[in-house]
Amino acid sequence: MTSTPASTHASMPSGQRSPNASPPVSPPAIELRGISRAFGPVQANREIDLSVMPGTIHGIIGENGAGKSTLVSILYGFYQADEGEILIDGRRVDIHDSQAAIAAGIGMVFQHFKLVENFTVLENIILGSEKGALLRPVLAKARRELMDIEREYELEAPPDAKIEDLSIGQRQRVEILKALYRQARVLILDEPTGVLTPAEADRLFAILRRLRSEGKTIILITHKLREIMEVTDTVSVMRQGRMLATVATAATDIEELAERMVGRKVSLQIDKPCACLGDTLLEVENLHIETGTETPASPLAGIDFSLRAGEILGIAGVAGNGQSELLEVLAGYRRAKGSVRIKGCEVALSGSGIDAGSRRAAGLAHIPEDRQGVGLVMGFSVEENAILGYHRSFGYGTGALMDRSAIRSEAKRHITQFDIRPPDPGRAARDFSGGNQQKIVVAREIGAEPDILLIGQPTRGVDIGAIEFIHRRIIALRDAGKAILLVSVELEEILSLADRIMVMFGGRIMGERPAKETDERELGLLMAGVV
Amino acid sequence: MKTYHRPRSIFSADDPMRGSISAAIPRLRGLVGSLLLMLVAPMVWAQPAVIYDLGGKFDKSFSEMAYTGAKRWGDETGGRFLEIELQSEAQREQALRRFAERGANPVVMVGFTFATTLEIVAPDYPETNFVIIDSVVEAPNVRSVVFNEHEASYLVGVMAGLATRTDTVGIVGGMDIPLIRRVACGYALGVEAANPEARVIRNMTGTTSAAWNDPIKGAELTRSQAAQKADVVFAAAGGTNVGILQAAADEGILSIGADSNQNHLHPGSVLTSMLKRVDNIVYEAFKGGEAASAGVSVMGLANGGLGVALDEHNADLVDAKMKAAVDEAFDAIASGRIVVHNYTDDSECPANS
Amino acid sequence: MQRTMSDRVDIVLIPIISLFLAFSISALIIAGIGEDPFEAAALMVSGALGSAYGWGYTLYYATNFIFVGLAFAVAFHARLFNIGGEGQAMLGALGTALVALHIPWPHWSLALLGCGIGAALFGAFWALIPAWMQARRGSHIVITTIMFNFIAAALLNYLLVNHLRPEGSVAPGSALFPDAVHLPTLHDILSPLGFAFSKSTPANITAFLSVAAAILLWFFLWRTRTGYEIRTFGHSENAARYAGIDPFRITLIAMGLSGALAGLMALNATMGESERLILNPTEGAGFIGIAVALMGRCHPLGIVLASILFGFLYQGGAELALWTSIPRELIVVIQALVILFTGALDNMVRMPIERLLARSKRARSKA
Repeated sequence: MTSTPASTHASMPSGQRSPNASPPVSPPAIELRGISRAFGPVQANREIDLSVMPGTIHGIIGENGAGKSTLVSILYGFYQADEGEILIDGRRVDIHDSQAAIAAGIGMVFQHFKLVENFTVLENIILGSEKGALLRPVLAKARRELMDIEREYELEAPPDAKIEDLSIGQRQRVEILKALYRQARVLILDEPTGVLTPAEADRLFAILRRLRSEGKTIILITHKLREIMEVTDTVSVMRQGRMLATVATAATDIEELAERMVGRKVSLQIDKPCACLGDTLLEVENLHIETGTETPASPLAGIDFSLRAGEILGIAGVAGNGQSELLEVLAGYRRAKGSVRIKGCEVALSGSGIDAGSRRAAGLAHIPEDRQGVGLVMGFSVEENAILGYHRSFGYGTGALMDRSAIRSEAKRHITQFDIRPPDPGRAARDFSGGNQQKIVVAREIGAEPDILLIGQPTRGVDIGAIEFIHRRIIALRDAGKAILLVSVELEEILSLADRIMVMFGGRIMGERPAKETDERELGLLMAGVV
Repeated sequence: MKTYHRPRSIFSADDPMRGSISAAIPRLRGLVGSLLLMLVAPMVWAQPAVIYDLGGKFDKSFSEMAYTGAKRWGDETGGRFLEIELQSEAQREQALRRFAERGANPVVMVGFTFATTLEIVAPDYPETNFVIIDSVVEAPNVRSVVFNEHEASYLVGVMAGLATRTDTVGIVGGMDIPLIRRVACGYALGVEAANPEARVIRNMTGTTSAAWNDPIKGAELTRSQAAQKADVVFAAAGGTNVGILQAAADEGILSIGADSNQNHLHPGSVLTSMLKRVDNIVYEAFKGGEAASAGVSVMGLANGGLGVALDEHNADLVDAKMKAAVDEAFDAIASGRIVVHNYTDDSECPANS
Repeated sequence: MQRTMSDRVDIVLIPIISLFLAFSISALIIAGIGEDPFEAAALMVSGALGSAYGWGYTLYYATNFIFVGLAFAVAFHARLFNIGGEGQAMLGALGTALVALHIPWPHWSLALLGCGIGAALFGAFWALIPAWMQARRGSHIVITTIMFNFIAAALLNYLLVNHLRPEGSVAPGSALFPDAVHLPTLHDILSPLGFAFSKSTPANITAFLSVAAAILLWFFLWRTRTGYEIRTFGHSENAARYAGIDPFRITLIAMGLSGALAGLMALNATMGESERLILNPTEGAGFIGIAVALMGRCHPLGIVLASILFGFLYQGGAELALWTSIPRELIVVIQALVILFTGALDNMVRMPIERLLARSKRARSKA
């Protein structure tokens, strides 16, 4: 493997560059020299050197908290580097805010889209670059330019459709168009596939390749090694604020990258003993949701299943086929009809706030798929989040009062057991990386020692080291005789973790298979509604 | 000059020491300077003072009348007077005490809301003369001036009763408070006396003190009364009157102003104004200075404290018959032949309409 | 380290700069109408803070603002915009008056307790109606609480004119409260301790009560389970539902507490100062409470400090009105400028300051 130490720039054999790349004599499209940035005592970036040649796709990988987000934030002008300089096309630039970044030809596509939902595509694209007081002529001109861009890069988006009516993949294309409309030559994408279905991700990669062939430079921030291997020309690995290595993608493989990223050998293979089945803990019969006009969610149209102690039941399916609603109903905060029995006892399905509390009392815990909006209070500290939902437990004080020291020691226990970084119980949840946020939730829910655990998308947006960790904890819980219901859109995850797999489509269960007797192809057909 | 119980006072605009001392103090040290001045400022001449109620000085109504009287005194004598518009209830006692401590004399307060406070404060400043308008406070250094508004509103009611062609008249009050009910009751009795067929529509502008200064809502109510066939509307709502009179003029119906003479605002539309000469009270009190006497003055039609405005602006509206009727009613009330019922005596109004 | 520095900037430096800007513009306006701004400033400071007399009024106003500020803050922690502090305080005044007038209290301390309960219950009742309508019927609480302010004013007016007014009185006010209900003023409390405090000022024992309420509210919000639930609900309704927190219950608790605190203002204004029920017992304090709470960042300590600032503005403004010919509208303008700069235009000051700090920090780290 050709790797270079952190202090020198990447130099690659020209044969490994894409055919449309500029000749080697041209300066790098982006060059970073000695970038450092500290947040108080935390050194987020240390003397980062990086150069990306024009017309290439460059991947940056690293665990959560490795400093990737800080680095791109510096590039896009959200933060200023304490030290170091940025060169674009060989010229030194001062990127003090995002306007300066745009002027320098840098475009950014964020993980969470920055679009106005009830504006049209066209309105969103000109937003921030209106150029003039009257909107109509600007819109007409923008429409023409947009058409040109769409033709040039084979990227289509209906200009008059409202964002709220578009799919996630289409919204992402609007973000890309927005950057291109502002004449970006360098496009940075932060975890772009975290929200996409596999088909949409493939579509995105095709677009990226097309952009590369038109001479654009692309920086792809991701933790999904498979994507790095599939689409990038070169890849840099970051760990603990440092740039460890930059290598040509063709000269490395997944195992090596994973090892460099985590700093030790990672086992992506899950070995689990056979399931020792116990009592039936959860029974679901004929579960329905009637959707009114104000709740446009996928209805559940008669769900039946049961879950026994000591097994992991995986629910596969393309996002939006009722899996999220099923979890919410089971967790007690969505109204439904039908029958749900926990350990043989019928539970209420009113969906009022009290239900969720009584589920916990009955021994059911829930790791929700939306950790930022549901599983955590982002403005609260780790400490306060550590008791969310369990704040009425006796362990955290007597009567109306809360026992601060008991809560603090619980939070510290979570931090050590689940390796939450940075280990600061007073730090607000929003100041943690996605993976560490997920660990805060997982630590709390597993720490409550439930008999039944509902898990939604446990590893979405979570880095590889944390994935491995979370998977192990889930298996350990199963082996301890707990019942686990796992919902994930990642087929690979379901296949490797679950003992039984059900596939949901259109609010119904399309089929059930033992995990050992099925494969991606069969499940994929079920997920598409083909029986 | 008598000696007054006065604390060290903050300098005032007419303080004779002010020029010499503050000139010696650099501007930037103004803060320190005036603190110093507080300690060394000499006694000041007794100035009269007037305290306006929360409605403010320029309420186009009786507070403004009081200001007019004070200003007339100032213009005639060249004297200065102190004044404050209250902003909060707590300032009521504060202003009374501060003016009294400072040696202001007399201290005139405009409005019945001062009564309770004055009862407490007056004994503490026996050397200060207080004058309270619209309420009675029994104390050796307080002169109370009350008006029999119902007498004057009876008179304008007589005029309204004669002027209406539709047998429907209206009144728009400010807030539904006893004083306005008294005015409204006298008005209704007057209308009834002149025109037993007539109906009286009553509306109040609002329920908060903003009602005294809401011309837009007053205008709306006036239009609504016009729509109900009222063709004379009596405006008894302080600053709101402006809107009521305007709307009446726009609708082509007659209106009646209150407190000051508002005939000139819309000549040919304002039938008359019910006059309440608060200005005279303040003027006389200021003129009397420290010699003001205690006791209760009841101002009515007989002693000129109240009246109806007849001038060149409404001459065309008041025919001989109406004039005769008003004169007759005036004489009857002034001489005591007619006693107009006072609502606040028993909280009831004997008018039928 | 970074956080504490930015905290210090947030809490200390930015309000001071905002205040400075507000006072500078006020000074320009005062100079513009031909008065001396330095004299005016001196008058305000000496009149509001320069004597026991000044403090007596400043603290009286501050006490009102603390109660209504806390009231707004507790609802705001549950992300409920309670604009109805004014109406709730009016009902509190009604409750206070009814209790004070109709029960023969033997001693002021018992009366204070009784009137406090009356004020809190009436205020809470007035807040619970909009709370229930929001939680069960989805009526927006901003609209309903504003409307309830008007209903409260109308109700008070009706009761004062028709039922509570002593026979023969022209003024729409209740009878004076009996002497036994008279609350000790700061003069009564402090002079036995050797402090000479101005005799005729309205500041009274409820000033201590308001501070106690601030401390208790802090404890409630940050140290009790229900307080935790209120804050969770305020941060994220979805997270609250996930955590098994009943939105209905939290809405009612937060609003009920808010209304009760607003009602307690009447202990100071109605029981302590006017000693009878008057037509407008709140005088807009309910709305100032919103400004005070936002300026104090909805933290009890911040609210106490902001309340004292507004008490200063009110009493300083009164001194200006007494001794200068600055019209009272302009005094309102000065107060409004302070609200504008510290509340609404916060970011106008914050952003350049933060940029400046970031730049100087970078310059230092480079050097």
